[in-house]
Amino acid sequence: MNAILRLPQHSPRVFLAFAAVLWFLTYQALAPLASNIVDLLPLARDSHLAGAVEFFLYDAPKVLLLLTGVVMVMGMVNSYFTAERTRVLLAGRAEGVGNVMAASLGIVTPFCSCSAVPLFIGFVQAGVPLGITFSFLIAAPMVNEVALTLLFGLFGFRVAALYLGLGLSVAIVAGWVIGRAKMEKYLEDWVQQMPRTQAAAVHDTMTLSDRVQAGFASVREIVGKVWPYVLVGILIGALIHGYVPEDFMASLMGRDASWSVPLAVIIGVPMYTNAAGIIPIVEALLAKGAALGTVLAFMMSVIALSLPEMIILRKVLKVRLIVTFVAVVASGILAVGYIFNAVL
Amino acid sequence: MKTVKVLGSGCNNCKVTAKLIADVAQAKGVAVTVEKVEEIREIMAYGVLSTPGVVIDETVVHAGGVPTRAKVESWLQ
Repeated sequence: MNAILRLPQHSPRVFLAFAAVLWFLTYQALAPLASNIVDLLPLARDSHLAGAVEFFLYDAPKVLLLLTGVVMVMGMVNSYFTAERTRVLLAGRAEGVGNVMAASLGIVTPFCSCSAVPLFIGFVQAGVPLGITFSFLIAAPMVNEVALTLLFGLFGFRVAALYLGLGLSVAIVAGWVIGRAKMEKYLEDWVQQMPRTQAAAVHDTMTLSDRVQAGFASVREIVGKVWPYVLVGILIGALIHGYVPEDFMASLMGRDASWSVPLAVIIGVPMYTNAAGIIPIVEALLAKGAALGTVLAFMMSVIALSLPEMIILRKVLKVRLIVTFVAVVASGILAVGYIFNAVL
Repeated sequence: MKTVKVLGSGCNNCKVTAKLIADVAQAKGVAVTVEKVEEIREIMAYGVLSTPGVVIDETVVHAGGVPTRAKVESWLQ
């Protein structure tokens, strides 16, 4: 027993191989298992209730297992991309390429919204152009592994891929527009006066077993916090599958209601929750006939923009720059919503 | 006597970090003062990019996320 517990530390490679195989086999076994359990219950096989129970018994472990696997892997990947190193990569980059790199690095660099301000100042101070800093700051919270995994697990590959592509586009274009607007003078004066620093990264001394430990730590932190939201989301999905009329939301948030996208964005901007917290709402809206573009626009605006974030950013940005930031990002999300609804 | 500063704008992880350091110090019988630095300008003066950061006797030893217990123990040798 002791030997097994110490495996991740002593032979991280062996541990990772074992864990991957075990994860895959468990994942494969979930569907037949859920079906067998439902057969054992005293329920008519083709009733609404049996359908709802099987949906829950299959989806809940599936999504949680997916999430655990992805968060573990991303926790290890994150350990290669510290904020310090990302800053070195972005310092002095040209606009355009720099915006694309910043948005993409936003996915893999660990980011907590409470670090937004030190990160922002640290980037600008080291010569990362303002627009590129914004591309990073928009993508980092919005396009992340938790959001993508949940969308993939609950709504399939297409929705997750669209969210990834459009989220990155919003971050890249919005950052580029802000950069073009030359708004450096709307940084707070004390930020402008800070001495320039040289971007430098400390030499990385982590071993593979340290990275495995980092993976465990992010599973504990993220999955430990997120699982109730996921269960509630799936429960809502299971319950309303058969019980609420399918087109309940269609007239309010369906694709024919053209004002629904701006409304979704206006409601979503001041709200704040993380990717997991929004999932139950997304699940409920989609199941009831709300249009995909409208719902994704709502989700993006909740995650990417929020009132608490504005208040924190006010310490380093003048009002005009904050207003521009919100307006540009909100317009991008609005466009995403309309494009989605028109194309699908 | 070590002076420990926890850098962070008052988020939950910063509180957890400060408490962890105080707990470990007490358990090991090491005399420390733990101080929380919440002012952005002061945090930036240490060149930390992600919070919570930990500074011991004016040297930055950690940045980004709650440190592990083992790590905290190694600082307080």
